[in-house]
Amino acid sequence: MEKELKILKYSDLSKLIERFHAKGFPVLAPVRKGKVVEIELVESLGDIALDVLLSTQSAKKTAFPKVEKVLKYTLAKSGVTQHPVDPDTARETILFGVRPCDASGFKSLDAIFGEAPGDQFYLKKKEKTAIISFSCPEADEYCFCTSVGGGPGNTAGSDLQFTGIGKDEILVEILTEKGKQIAAIFADLLSDSPAGVDKTKFLADVKVVFDSDKVVENTSASFNNAALWLEQSLRCIGCGACAFVCPTCACFDFQDEQNTKQGVRLRLWDSCGFSLFTLHTSGHNPREVQSQRWRQRIMHKFSYMPQQLHVVGCEGCGRCSRACPVDMNIKEHLTAIAQVG
Amino acid sequence: MSELIKKVTQLLNDKTVDVFIGYGKGSADRIRAIFVRSADQTEKLVLNSACTQNLAGYILKHEVKHLGKIGVLANVAALRSMLQLASEFQVKDGEVLVLFANPDGTLTEFIDFNSIEVFLTTTDTGITSDEQERIAQLEALTVSERWNFWNKEFEKCIKCYACRAACPMCYCHRCTTDVNQPQWIPVASHERGNLDYHLMRAMHLAGRCVNCGECASACPMDIPLNLLTYQLISPIKTDFGATAGMKADAVYALSTYKPDDKENFII
Repeated sequence: MEKELKILKYSDLSKLIERFHAKGFPVLAPVRKGKVVEIELVESLGDIALDVLLSTQSAKKTAFPKVEKVLKYTLAKSGVTQHPVDPDTARETILFGVRPCDASGFKSLDAIFGEAPGDQFYLKKKEKTAIISFSCPEADEYCFCTSVGGGPGNTAGSDLQFTGIGKDEILVEILTEKGKQIAAIFADLLSDSPAGVDKTKFLADVKVVFDSDKVVENTSASFNNAALWLEQSLRCIGCGACAFVCPTCACFDFQDEQNTKQGVRLRLWDSCGFSLFTLHTSGHNPREVQSQRWRQRIMHKFSYMPQQLHVVGCEGCGRCSRACPVDMNIKEHLTAIAQVG
Repeated sequence: MSELIKKVTQLLNDKTVDVFIGYGKGSADRIRAIFVRSADQTEKLVLNSACTQNLAGYILKHEVKHLGKIGVLANVAALRSMLQLASEFQVKDGEVLVLFANPDGTLTEFIDFNSIEVFLTTTDTGITSDEQERIAQLEALTVSERWNFWNKEFEKCIKCYACRAACPMCYCHRCTTDVNQPQWIPVASHERGNLDYHLMRAMHLAGRCVNCGECASACPMDIPLNLLTYQLISPIKTDFGATAGMKADAVYALSTYKPDDKENFII
């Protein structure tokens, strides 16, 4: 659909949350918890940390939680009986106040989980999530969205996008049919947008630091450049912080938890940064050192995903760099890769 | 600073070390570990009050070891890590060249573990007064209040294992968490899985933690994990007279039986 532009008053924002609740929609939004910012259910606008740059974790957990029950089973002498778990139990939910890179991060997840036959656990939750993103008036030096095709006002993946334009006005972009339905809940609070509103002047200035196509090209050609990967990852300690805060990392593990009578199968986040990730039963590990695991992380996002899913698996949000205990800075490393050869 | 650069340049030039692990400028105002392998890179070394990371963990990293003879800039926690690792047979005397930057800008080079031991006897190795205060607050809680405090903290955990990866003492080739036959610790990052993991880790660090605080500073979810292991320092000292990371030939209090060991912990 063609996008529609409207104006909303800041002072009416709190009414939006009230109306969503009145309609029975839970609202998920960034909430400050000490030094971290979590995306969780909120009661009112007052709970929401709208001024933060980014939540600590991405919004992916709303459709791809860290622990998810996918099967139940009972055990008896006669054998195992499976009791499928209905993937379609989520309620229509509004994801409010996230950033454009969170919304566009779902693009990668949609591509991964959407591949035939389609991962219903992810798809059903995603389908029932309406995303109201807030464009970015500020960025920090870890941000590089513009280098990977995004931007502080990127509308990809959002159903509605809000941009603060002046003291008491928010420019509302209605981007999808779902967005239109949500906007109908507060249509009386919207006024027509004056012609020629330019939201770009209210957005953060995020400089392009590398050419994404060049990174894709060089990454694909650098598989055997062991010195490059070693140089970048000597300080990497092999934890999963980067993958778990990432909006596009989608690797998972299955674990059964059971007693003698019954059990559940759980899907859990996993990370290619862990040595255990590729360890074979034989004891052989095809990625035996950390530099190979770091290479995998970059190859997956900038070579395999573009080749197989036609999408770059990075939104340039910089969360991995901020979360890294040893300051692995992906923006810096991708810039170096763009300059190889 | 200039003395450090001069020293490391000399160490690399005369091939005393092949790689020197020190601090360099990182992103924004951060400091990061750097691995200096030639004299022309020594200018990248930085030394200031933000250089707090315990670099001792890197001496066990396979790819760092592979670079050849290692030199490392150690802070007090790293010195203690070295001794604790030595007592657990993870590093041999003379295997790693250890430099320490004194507050007055001079450098101390430790020729062996014994010289580190002597140095530590006159050095403040305790936890900070802030940390002491937080532990006192935790100890003042009732058991159920403390249980609730930790369960609430563990709710935030995403099981990225940054705490384990950052800890110089968590070097096990196969961590208990990674063992699946039997599965001691649930892999899932749910209530039980998080609780079991952190309690297991705390117990495995009891009497081994050198209070460097890397676990807490590594945690992306800001869980004060250091308090969990710090709280165990005092009982180990009181009951067994042992402090981690002070002697290279120490025997581990919790794996050694002595006839006069106290039995007051048996409920």
